Amino acid sequence: MQALNQILRRIPVWAVYLLGAIPAPWLFYQGLTGSLGVDPIEALEHRYGELALQLLIVVLAISPLRRFLGLNLIKFRRALGVLTFVYVSLHLLVWLILDVQVPSQIWADILKRPYISVGMAGFVLLLPLAVTSNNLSVRQLGPRWRSLQRLVYPAAVLGGLHYVMQAKGFQIEPLVYLSVIVGLLLLRVPFPSLLNRFRQVDSA
Amino acid sequence: GVGLAGMARGAAAQEALEPNSWEEITSYNNYYEFGTRKEDPAKYAHTLVTEPWSVKIDGLVDKPGEYDFQDIMSEMTVEERIYRFRCVEAWSMVIPWNGFELADLLNMAGVQDGAKYVAFETAYRPDEMPGVQYPVLDWPYREGLRLDEAMHPLTIMATGIYDRPIPNQNGAPLRLVVPWKYGFKSIKSIVRVTVTDVEPPTSWNVAGPREYGFYSNVNPNVDHPRWSQATERPIGGGLFAKRIPTLMFNGYEQEVAGLYEGMDLAKNY
Repeated sequence: MQALNQILRRIPVWAVYLLGAIPAPWLFYQGLTGSLGVDPIEALEHRYGELALQLLIVVLAISPLRRFLGLNLIKFRRALGVLTFVYVSLHLLVWLILDVQVPSQIWADILKRPYISVGMAGFVLLLPLAVTSNNLSVRQLGPRWRSLQRLVYPAAVLGGLHYVMQAKGFQIEPLVYLSVIVGLLLLRVPFPSLLNRFRQVDSA
Repeated sequence: GVGLAGMARGAAAQEALEPNSWEEITSYNNYYEFGTRKEDPAKYAHTLVTEPWSVKIDGLVDKPGEYDFQDIMSEMTVEERIYRFRCVEAWSMVIPWNGFELADLLNMAGVQDGAKYVAFETAYRPDEMPGVQYPVLDWPYREGLRLDEAMHPLTIMATGIYDRPIPNQNGAPLRLVVPWKYGFKSIKSIVRVTVTDVEPPTSWNVAGPREYGFYSNVNPNVDHPRWSQATERPIGGGLFAKRIPTLMFNGYEQEVAGLYEGMDLAKNY
């Protein structure tokens, strides 16, 4: 793990930004040229949304990976978080501009359709995180910055729920995403009494 | 055939129908027995063995039995029907089907007095259908129509598209097409037709009764709980395809509105 961390330390953060940003224009280009199939609007909307969830899962995995395996990816967390926000925004924009199209319909959908309300709530929770993802904000907000970042937890649950709620019939994939998100959040819950009890049993 | 040609001319909107391409019609499908993604059926449905094929016709009919597909075809008159196809997911296509009227098939078997509904069942073949290992729906896929809907001249059993045999992903070797209802009513790869006197259970209605009714007539005024049905996205318009207004009964109002006279279509959705 030490060796791996050494290698990771040498990867510049901009490389993560660059690599993570490539699928955005690439998918759009594929949509334009027909490589996303005959319904590129739906395909683009879904691909951006799935990428956002996948990035979010990586972000949430960073601190458990360090705690349990000693793998240190902290350096890339902000980049991955910002990229998550970018893909959530693109997903939302495709829905607004290419899919729904009718402005009066948009507000009605947000209010009337629970899966859209849930997705929208997740997006709103991510907004302050995106706005404060710079060094100046970290300095200015001090300890409050850390508390603010915890908004990512409810946002992630809402994102996973949004995916589950839009599925037709009983589908496995959205449930897997939601379970992984909930699982990664559960790893953060401190169970001191439980741990102490294990230790007592051990020493007995 | 003659009646339908007249009917098609009667509905002015029908004349402007420009069919989607073969590529569009056969690469973008909902056929959950082969996976839930639109591209899955085109990728995986080749494993479905459609020869030989037989359809069991039973229930309230004079001549129940296993009917061989080839024997059915030798009795039926196949003609082209260019229909709008409106999915409940709010996208749409125009498809040049080849097929015969369901009424002809039912008459061949002889519908008995007291019959009120027709139930349909899709093949269930775990070895040939990778999607059925997941409980997306309660397999096998089932659909149903009221008898008058089934006997309506617009209702066909499709066996081809663009004069070619219908591809597996589109429901080979024969599928129902009810152009004024949401696409999921048009059940694919039919192995059983049962004439009955009770409303049969239908797959999507069983899975989500609040979202999918027995009738499922295309209706721009009755929204799906999760999305509006007022407009639709025509497939084939690319990344900047404009939504178009959805037509009552998918544009077949003149022909079929009479079937639902006096019914509250918001309740019987």
